[in-house]
Formats: sequence, C-alpha cells, structure tokens
Amino acid sequence: MSLLRLSGVTAFYGAIQALRGVDLEVNEGEIVTLIGANGAGKSTLMMTVCGQPQARDGAIIYDGEDITRLPTHAIMRKRIAQSPEGRRIFPRMTVYENLQMGAEVAGNVDFAALLEQVFSLFPRLKERVHQRGGTLSGGEQQMLSIGRALMSRPRLLLLDEPSLGLAPLVVRQIFGAIRELNRSTGLTVLLVEQNAFQALRLADRGYVLVNGGITMAGKGAELLARPEIRAAYLEGAH
Amino acid sequence: MKSALRDAVLSALVALRPVPVAIAVAAVFVGRLLLLAWRGRSRAAARHANRAFAERLTQAGKYVAPLLLIVALAVPLSGDRYYLHLGILVMTYVMLGWGLNIVVGLAGLLDLGYVAFYAVGAYSYAIISTTYGLGFWTCLPIAGILAAIWGIMLGFPVLRLRGDYLAIVTLAFGEIIRIVITNWVSLTNGPNGISGIPRPTLFGLKFTPAGGPGSFSDFFHLPPSPTWRAVYLYYVILVLALLTNWVTLRLRRLPLGRAWEALREDEVACRSLGINVTVTKLTAFAIGALFGGFAGAFFATRQAFVSPESFTFIESAIVLSIVVLGGLGSQLGVALAALVMIGGFEVFRALADYRMLVFGAALVLIMVLRPRGLVAGRTPTVALGRKREISAELVAQGRG
Ligand SMILES: Nc1ncnc2c1ncn2[C@@H]1O[C@H](COP(=O)(O)OP(=O)(O)OP(=O)(O)O)[C@@H](O)[C@H]1O
Ligand SMILES: [Mg+2]
Repeated sequence: MSLLRLSGVTAFYGAIQALRGVDLEVNEGEIVTLIGANGAGKSTLMMTVCGQPQARDGAIIYDGEDITRLPTHAIMRKRIAQSPEGRRIFPRMTVYENLQMGAEVAGNVDFAALLEQVFSLFPRLKERVHQRGGTLSGGEQQMLSIGRALMSRPRLLLLDEPSLGLAPLVVRQIFGAIRELNRSTGLTVLLVEQNAFQALRLADRGYVLVNGGITMAGKGAELLARPEIRAAYLEGAH
Repeated sequence: MKSALRDAVLSALVALRPVPVAIAVAAVFVGRLLLLAWRGRSRAAARHANRAFAERLTQAGKYVAPLLLIVALAVPLSGDRYYLHLGILVMTYVMLGWGLNIVVGLAGLLDLGYVAFYAVGAYSYAIISTTYGLGFWTCLPIAGILAAIWGIMLGFPVLRLRGDYLAIVTLAFGEIIRIVITNWVSLTNGPNGISGIPRPTLFGLKFTPAGGPGSFSDFFHLPPSPTWRAVYLYYVILVLALLTNWVTLRLRRLPLGRAWEALREDEVACRSLGINVTVTKLTAFAIGALFGGFAGAFFATRQAFVSPESFTFIESAIVLSIVVLGGLGSQLGVALAALVMIGGFEVFRALADYRMLVFGAALVLIMVLRPRGLVAGRTPTVALGRKREISAELVAQGRG
C-alpha cells in the first residue's frame, strides 16, 4: 500500500517552475531514494510534500488523505517528519532542547522513551546533550537534525542530503542508522542524496529527477546497473 | 537584526535631539578611536578577559537577582518620596522591558511600536474609569485585554515580515495609534488629554493625602500623608512587574515559550516541526501587548492624567534600548538596564546640560564593553541537574 503518492505535481517559485508534473510513490515500510543533479528540484519536491511551496497542480496523497492544500504545520502533525537541507537545527538551544522541539507535535507520548531511542541510535548526542546546537560538528548536527525529526514518532521520514559534507565513516554510520530504523520499526523513508552509489544501495527503489521531472524509476540495484546512471551520477564515485 | 535595531534607535535619537546627539557622536568617535588604539595591543587578551568577566557575572547573577529583589522591596523603607517616585518610574520601565522582551528577546520579532500598547492600556483605563466610574482593579484586566487585541491586530498584517521590514511597520503602527488618539477628540479629548482619572484603592480604601473618613491612613490609624499613596503605587507596579517576570519564566518552560525561542532561531525549521508559526507570532504579540497594556493602565492611574504626548516614539526607543542593553532575552539584564538607563539618567541630573552627553557616552561604553548586552548568556530551559549558562561568546546572532 502506498503511504505517499504524488501525481502530476507542479511547483513554482514565483514565475520559475521547479517541478514539472512529478509522479512518485512511496510504499509503507520502504526506503525510496531520489537522485538528481544540482538544481534538479529534489529539495523542492521534499518541501512541496510539506506544503512550502504548495503544489500548484496535481495531488499529494498521504495515507489515503489529500494533503495538497493543507498548511505546513498541519501536514507535519500527520506523523511526517523532515530533516531539511542544511540541517536547520536551533543553534542557540542545547541538544536536549532541540530534541524537545522535535517532540512538540508528538503530544503526550513518552518523551523519555523517544529520547532513549534517539540516544541509542546516536550515542554521540547523549554525550553532548547539554551542548549548544550551533557548536556541534557538522556530523553531530546532522545526527541532531535526524534525531529531532525522529522525536515526533514519524511514519514517514523525509531526509534531504544527510551525507552532505560528512566523512565517509560518518556517512556509513548515518546510513546504517537509517537502515536499522527501517528494519526495526518499519519506518518509511524518502531520501534525497547526491551520494547516488550509497543511496541506491540502501534504497528499495529509486527515482531520478532531471529538470523538475522524473525521468527514471526502478529498484535501487537496477538503477545502479544502468549505464546512463553510471555515466551521469556515479562516474568517479565508489 | 541587531544592526537594524541599532540604526533605528540611533536615527530616532538624532531626529529628537539633534544637538546633544551630535556632541555625543563626536565624543564617541574620539573615544572609540582611543579605545581601538588601546585595545589594539591584544585582541585575544581582551576577548579572554571578556569571557572571564562573563563567567564572573554569571556566578554573581545567582546573588544579584535576589539582592535586587530585596532592595526593590525595601525602597519604601527610605520613606523619601523622591526615591519612591524614582522607584515607580524605574519599575514601570522594568515591566515594559520585560513585556517587550517577550516579543523581541524571546520570539525575535523586532517591534519598534511597543508604546502603542502602553497607550491603549492607558487610554482604556482612562476612558472606562471616567465614563463608567469603574475602579483600577476592575479596569486593569480590561485594559490588558484591549491592548492584547491590538497586539493581535498588529500581528496579522506583519505575519510575513521579518527584521527591518517588521521594524518599519511596527514603528508606523505606534505612530498611527498616537495620531488616532490625538485626532479622535470625541473619545479621547484629543491633545488636551483626559484628566481626573481615579487613583487606585486598596480594598476600597482611598489614598487621599489629607486622610479623612474611608482613607487608608484613617483606617489604619496612621498619620495622613501623601507618602502612603506613593508607597502603594510603588508596590502595585512592583507586583505587576514581578507578575510579568513570573509569567515569562513560566512560559519559557512551556511549549508556547519554547516555540517562541525556536521561532527566533529558525522559522522554516519551526514550520517543519509542525509548529503553527501564525499562532506562535500572534501570541507573542498579544502577551507582550497585554503587559504593555497593564503598564499603561498603571501609568494612567499614577498620573491621574493622560495625553498623547506621553506616547511618542521615544518611549518605544527607550524600552527597546533597555531590552537590547540588558541582553536580548535576559530577564535580569532587562532589570539592570532599566535601572541603569532610567535611574542613571536621574543620577546625572546634577550635570545639567552635560547630562545627555554623559548618558550617551555611558550607553555607548556599555555597548562597546558588552556588545551583546549586560547579561548576554542564554539559560537553557532544561538543565537536568546542573545549571549551565551558554556563554555569550558562543551565542550566534539570530538571523535577520
Ligand atoms: N526560494 C527559491 N526561489 C526561487 N527559486 C528557487 C528557490 N529555491 C529553489 N529555487 C530554484 O528551483 C530549482 C530547484 O531547486 P532545488 O533546491 O529543489 O534543487 P536541488 O535538486 O535540491 O539541488 P541541490 O542538489 O543543489 O540541493 C533551482 O533551479 C533553484 O534555483
Ligand atoms: Mg537540495
């Protein structure tokens, strides 16, 4: 069953069209990755799911419900969580307070248990629980951003370039954490990545976005094997 | 945001007092040069000293707040009406500072028109009490609520604005309210103001200077004196200010207060965490305005007279300076800054014509030595056992 379905979605920044009729589907319990060149519209697609900018045409169906016209905060209360591009943690707040902000929409669920879950996934955050967010290293900030998103007990997690600017070891650690979450809790993940090789290996399925439109879709391993993908996104990688 | 704010305050000062400001600017220019030369010897050493100072201040902070409170409670013991009136003035600005701190310090919304809510509160009390004969304590909540409604009305059009643009619109709002008050003669009596506003009573006991039946001094068999009223007014504003502080400290620990601070840090992140940014901003404006309205009602009852002249832009500028000087978001800082600015201005009275100059120089000196305000650290709302201040050195400036 599909948890998230986009059909014919377009999005604009003023007069600039950033998405041109995107069709995309994410099934419950899947990891789906979205790859594409800089400026292809990957981040836009993710933000459009969250309602900023809102889709101009087309429909976004989440869990059988049309969320296309809902305001952002209402969408994010439907157990969709996002770790946006550029992390966007709260720099003056401590790690603990950042995580607390993430749990705000979860309501009266067990905060301590959620915190333990995040800490067991990213032990580094536990060590630095009283440190100010802005003074964390890049990798730690990324962990915090993902951890904060997880604090709302999401069913669907949107991750925008979690590997950006991180050492290979940390990238592996974060991808490992994503896989672990997906296996143990059935969390559905939509992942945007520049790091196409690792992302496609992690994902069940993948989409390729070019100039605001989907040009290719398929199983992660299948996409990895295609020569045009290798040429465009994997040259020099590994 | 800070630079926009500084510009706004400075340009207001220039517009209002050109000559003293010009002298002050010249003095600052020379002083700043000397200071730079002196500091040039070692920037690193200066920074180190600054951090050590900040640490000491943080430690001292634990004792400063209770000490200030004790002193504040003890002011009426002096029995000197000059100190009482000065105390009332300072406490009024402490309260206004704490109220504006919610909007500017916590939620990060630069509001240059805070005086509007002060005016709405004052005029609400003045009009309701003189028209319907209601007392201060009945009118106080009404005045606060009316101001809060105006806060929401200001909030709606500026929801999408940030930083400089927000500042300009709020500034205009403050001016509009004053102009409306001046011109709506049938309601507000225009530039002549409203006089004969009832004084506050204590459970029905009046504070008439001459005593007489039904007065406070008569009931408690005390010698009649105008001091009793001053003492009473002082404690009223002290309680109102402490209420503002208490509510703010409580709210900071609740989801709403956390959302304010998160909003100051990053609006986009707030939205993506499911926070309703509209509601968050409007409540910040409304609650800030509520306390401004309370302070306004108090102002009206203290003066027994209100006129549009009391609600000019300079009031907004002073309150904003108090918040910035104190360190955005710091409750103790705001109280200290109000004491320094309002009390200090009085202390320099003996200097006559040079008062503005010395005062300006003192302000600049503070901003040079403590660029992020007197108390610049941000106390985390959750400490899990040990309390830790986040050092000012590490606190990044909020985005515009
Ligand atoms: N706020 C904005 N205003 C105007 N144009 C924008 C805005 N944000 C993005 N764009 C444009 O929309 C297009 C898609 O941008 P988007 O950020 O979605 O790309 P992306 O695929 O995430 O790229 P990258 O891999 O570099 O992050 C780009 O051409 C970009 O210039
Ligand atoms: Mg992007």
